[in-house]
Amino acid sequence: MEIEQTALPGIGLKHEFTTHTGRRIGIVSHRSGRRDLIIYDRDDPDRACESVQLTDEEADALVELLGAPRIVQRLNALHREVEGLVSVQIPVTPSSPYEGRTLGDARIRTRTGASVVAVVRGDQVHASPTPDFGFRAGDVVVVVGDAENTAAVADILADG
Amino acid sequence: MHHTAILFLELGGVILALGILGALALRVGISPIPLYLVAGLAFGTGGILPLATSEEFIATGAELGVILLLLTLGLEYNADELMTSLKSNAPSGLVDLVLNAAPGAIAALLLGWGPVAAVAMAGVTYATSSGITAKVLSDLGWIGNRETPVVLSLLVFEDLTMALYLPILTALLAGVSLLSGAITVAIALATVTVVLVVALKFGDWIEKFVASPNSEVLLLKVIGLAMLVAGLAQQLQVSAAVGAFLVGIALSGELAHDARALLMPIRDLFAAVFFVFFGLQTDPAKIVPVLWLAAILAFVSMVTKLATGAFAARRAGIGRAGRVRAGIALIPRGEFNIVIAGLAVAAGAHPDLGPLAAAYVLILAAFGPLAARLTAPLVAALTKAKPATH
Repeated sequence: MEIEQTALPGIGLKHEFTTHTGRRIGIVSHRSGRRDLIIYDRDDPDRACESVQLTDEEADALVELLGAPRIVQRLNALHREVEGLVSVQIPVTPSSPYEGRTLGDARIRTRTGASVVAVVRGDQVHASPTPDFGFRAGDVVVVVGDAENTAAVADILADG
Repeated sequence: MHHTAILFLELGGVILALGILGALALRVGISPIPLYLVAGLAFGTGGILPLATSEEFIATGAELGVILLLLTLGLEYNADELMTSLKSNAPSGLVDLVLNAAPGAIAALLLGWGPVAAVAMAGVTYATSSGITAKVLSDLGWIGNRETPVVLSLLVFEDLTMALYLPILTALLAGVSLLSGAITVAIALATVTVVLVVALKFGDWIEKFVASPNSEVLLLKVIGLAMLVAGLAQQLQVSAAVGAFLVGIALSGELAHDARALLMPIRDLFAAVFFVFFGLQTDPAKIVPVLWLAAILAFVSMVTKLATGAFAARRAGIGRAGRVRAGIALIPRGEFNIVIAGLAVAAGAHPDLGPLAAAYVLILAAFGPLAARLTAPLVAALTKAKPATH
C-alpha cells in the first residue's frame, strides 16, 4: 500500500491512498490541529465527495476504533514470523472455573510459561492486562507462547 | 463641532457601515472586499458622503492595512515551502504569469497609457486573491481535492513573484531614469534575495528573538519588527509591503501560527480600511465610462485563469473536471490587485487606471466565488455524464 503525502502550502498536509476496492481516502491535517477525513468520488477521483471535520478527540477515537482489532491481527502475523512462537485466542466460557475470577488467580505464566498479552471484550481490547483483571464469560484471551504451553493455558481456562 | 468629535463620528460611521456590509456579504456568501470598495466609493471623492476630517487617518490606516495583509500572508508560508513550491511548479507558475499578466499589459498599451502603466496593469490582472481563493476552497469543501495542491502552489508562486514585482513596480513608478532605475531595481532585487536567504538560514534566530509566551509581547514584537523592516524596505525603494511579507516568511511553525491568530483581528480592521481608502480615492462617476472595459478585461482574464488552471492541473495528472475546478478557483482577484493599483494611483498614473482596477476587482472579487458555486454542479454533471456516453 502506498501512502501519498502532499504539502498544502498555508494549510497543512494531506495523506491519501487507494483501498483494495479502488476507493481513494485521505486525511487533511490542518496546522490548526483540525483534521478532515476525505473520501473521494468514484466517478471523479480528484474530487472529495465527503469531507468530515474531526477534532483532536474525535480523531483519536477513530484511530482507536480502527486500530484495536489490528493488534490481534498483528500478533497473528508475528507468530508466523517468529518460528515456534504462537499466539492463540482462547475464549472464556460460562463454565470456565475462572469466569468471574482474576488473571492473577489463574497464575498462567507461573504454571505454563505462556503470556497473556491481551483480553478482547466485545469491541474493546485490553492490552497487557494486570493481575487484578477479572475474566468474564465471552472474553477472548490472547496468549503468546509455544504450541505446548498455549495448549496448557487453554486447559487451565477450560477446566482449572 | 470639535475636531476629535467629527473624527470619531466619521470613523465610527465608516467602520460600522463596513460591519453591516460584512454581515450582508456573509449572508449572501460572497467576499466582503467588493462591498468595502463600494462603501469607499460611496463615502469619498464624488461620493454621497465626503469625509473631510478622517481622510488623513484612513490614509495611514490603509498603509498599515497593506503591511498587515502582506505580513499575515507571509506568516502562512515558511521559506522551505516556498522553495519547494517554486522548484516543482516553475513551468505552471510561468504559464500563469505570462497568460495573466498579458491582458492587463496589452489593455494598457492599447489605451496608450504607456509602459509603466502596462507593468502596473499586468500586476492587476495577474495576481489571484489568495484570501478569496482559500475561502472558496474551504467553503466548497475543495480542500481535500487532488487539484487543490496545484492551486495552492500557484498562489505561492504568485506571492513570491510579487516579492520581486513590487520593488520593480515601485522603482518604475518613481519615474527614475533608465540607468538609476536599473540600479534601484538591482538594489531592490538584491535586498529581497538577502532577506530571503537570511529568512532561510537565520529564521531560527529571528524566531528566538520574537518568541514570547505572553501574547501581548509577541504581538508588539511582530508588528514592530514588520513595520521596521517595511520602513527600511520603503527607504530602499523595495516597497514596504514586500518588507512585511518577508518578515512573515522568516517566521514559521508554531510561532507563525500564534502570531497570525493574534494579528487576524487587527488585520481585518485595517485591511477593511485599506479597501475603503482605495474606494475613497476613486470617483464613482469615473467608473461608469470604464465599466465596459473592466467587463471585457474581467472576461478575458477569467478565460486565461481557466486555461492556467487547466494547464497546471493537467501537468499534475488531474482529470477533466479537476482541471476546470482548478481554473475556477484561480479566478477571484482582490487585495493584491488593489495594492498594486493603489501604488500606481499614488504615483500619479493615468487617471483612468484607478477606476478601471476598482471596477475590475469589483467584478472578479464578487463573481469569482459565485462562479465557483454556480459551476460546481455543472462540473459534477460533466463527470457523471462521461461513463454514459461511452
